[in-house]
Amino acid sequence: MTPPFETAWQIRRRARLLAGLGWGGVLLACLLLSAWVSEAYPAALLAGLPRVGEYFAKLVPTLHWATLFGGTKAEGSLAYWFYRLDSWAWLLFETSQMAALATLGGAVGGLLLCFPAAANLAPNRAVYLLCRRLLELFRSVPDLVYALILVWAFGVGPLAGILAIGLHTVGATGKLFAEVVENADMQPWEGVRAAGGTWLHGVRFAILPQVLPNFLSYTLLRFEINVRGATVIGFVGAGGIGQELYQVISFNYYEEISAIVLLIVLVVAAIDLASERLRGWAAGQGTP
Amino acid sequence: MSTERIAAAEVARWRARLPRAFAPAPAVRVARVLAWAAFLGWLGAVLWWFDITPARLWRGLSGLFTIIRLMIPPSPGAQWADILKGLAQSVAMAFLGSFAAMVLAVPLGFLGARNVVVNLLAHFSIRRVFDGLRGMDQLIWALAFVRAVGLGPLAGVLAIMAAEVAVLAKLFAEAIENADPGQGEAVVAVGGHPLLRLRYGLLPQVLPVMLAQFLYAVESNTRSASILGVVGAGGIGLQIAERIKVRYWDEVLFIILLILAMVAAIDFISARIRRRLIG
Repeated sequence: MTPPFETAWQIRRRARLLAGLGWGGVLLACLLLSAWVSEAYPAALLAGLPRVGEYFAKLVPTLHWATLFGGTKAEGSLAYWFYRLDSWAWLLFETSQMAALATLGGAVGGLLLCFPAAANLAPNRAVYLLCRRLLELFRSVPDLVYALILVWAFGVGPLAGILAIGLHTVGATGKLFAEVVENADMQPWEGVRAAGGTWLHGVRFAILPQVLPNFLSYTLLRFEINVRGATVIGFVGAGGIGQELYQVISFNYYEEISAIVLLIVLVVAAIDLASERLRGWAAGQGTP
Repeated sequence: MSTERIAAAEVARWRARLPRAFAPAPAVRVARVLAWAAFLGWLGAVLWWFDITPARLWRGLSGLFTIIRLMIPPSPGAQWADILKGLAQSVAMAFLGSFAAMVLAVPLGFLGARNVVVNLLAHFSIRRVFDGLRGMDQLIWALAFVRAVGLGPLAGVLAIMAAEVAVLAKLFAEAIENADPGQGEAVVAVGGHPLLRLRYGLLPQVLPVMLAQFLYAVESNTRSASILGVVGAGGIGLQIAERIKVRYWDEVLFIILLILAMVAAIDFISARIRRRLIG
């Protein structure tokens, strides 16, 4: 005779197995359906994957030990690979400045909208809902879509890209800022208001000193994201290194592609490191 | 209750005794002025460089206003079927790309975890490779894969996979590092094989985290899959880019609204599944 514990365990085990099979079946069905919709047929994959390998193999530059440190004329040298380093470095600098200006503008927009969008400071419910919806609208449209539209209105060039990234940043930072404000200590606010301060006085003297370090840290985090965004915003003609990258990829200048991508990765990593340091410093600036 | 006003002489006396209570030190003041001057100088230089003038902004804004007026009311246009197909493609690309990324990221996550690959140099260099790959935007991958396998959603799937692998591998590695070693030690202590240790000591701890990260990846990739089509990698982005090219602004707004609805729907479903699986 099987002990009752053993049977109970068997039943439980079988139920779990069936549930696992059920979920597995749903997952498999979803995978097959999405493979069919996204045209990832086995034949296409078999034909495509070797070409992916070939393509990425071509991106690897031919470097020779003998001439590695030769001049720009020596084939196989680093200088030959990066033969347009000066113009690429300038474009990358432009890209980073676009990201900085867009982040600044977006963060100022977020700063203005976050106080009425915080539940504890909003003068009334209508203003609160309006500001929240506005921030959502700014945030949920990708910056590339803004760029596509703004290129028509402002013309090809960095201005359209800056505005596109900035608009998206208003929504993204505004939401984070509003959440910081909602978590702020309200006693200083009550003090300022009780002493006869206006709403603006309260924001300036009671709330802002508490939340500024957090705002700074979120803005720097957004700057890191925007630098990545600014490297590709040029694909639609909105300035920066993206325009150059789009051209070399379109013309299949293989070695230039890898050179530019490597530069982008290095610059993004350097900016991330610097910004991480600054964020650490900003976090230490809060009330002791 | 009456409030006494403080006499001006009293204020002046305290100001003389405690100058720091009224104003920061002169050195701090000078530093602040210099910082503001540097900031304003940078701002002026950048604005001049990018030729951002009020006149140009005004002209652009009036153009933008015209576009917005043409957008309203949004209309689906004649190609309903194409738009719906694009939306379905975007979701499918996001799901398939994230799933493939997860499958590849599990072994990479083990490689990147400090308690699995103990060699410090190997650990450090593997993590830096993940970091470097994350520095490349998804659109760069998409453009490269379009050149490699041709136009279409397959390029988008591969781009999402390539960009997401590095992100998920890093998150998985952190989840594995944060797992409690005690459970695995217990499995070994009762005589379990090292594989059983992974299965019963580690997997139950990291699986919920991995599933949650996968669902987040699907959500964020649904957002990005809606723009990959701009460079020809399939999905709704192609539809939107084509309509912007021919300036059918009412249809552009319609598609943007559909994208927002799609993203909200995927977020909702994913949140439901996450709560169900992780509790």
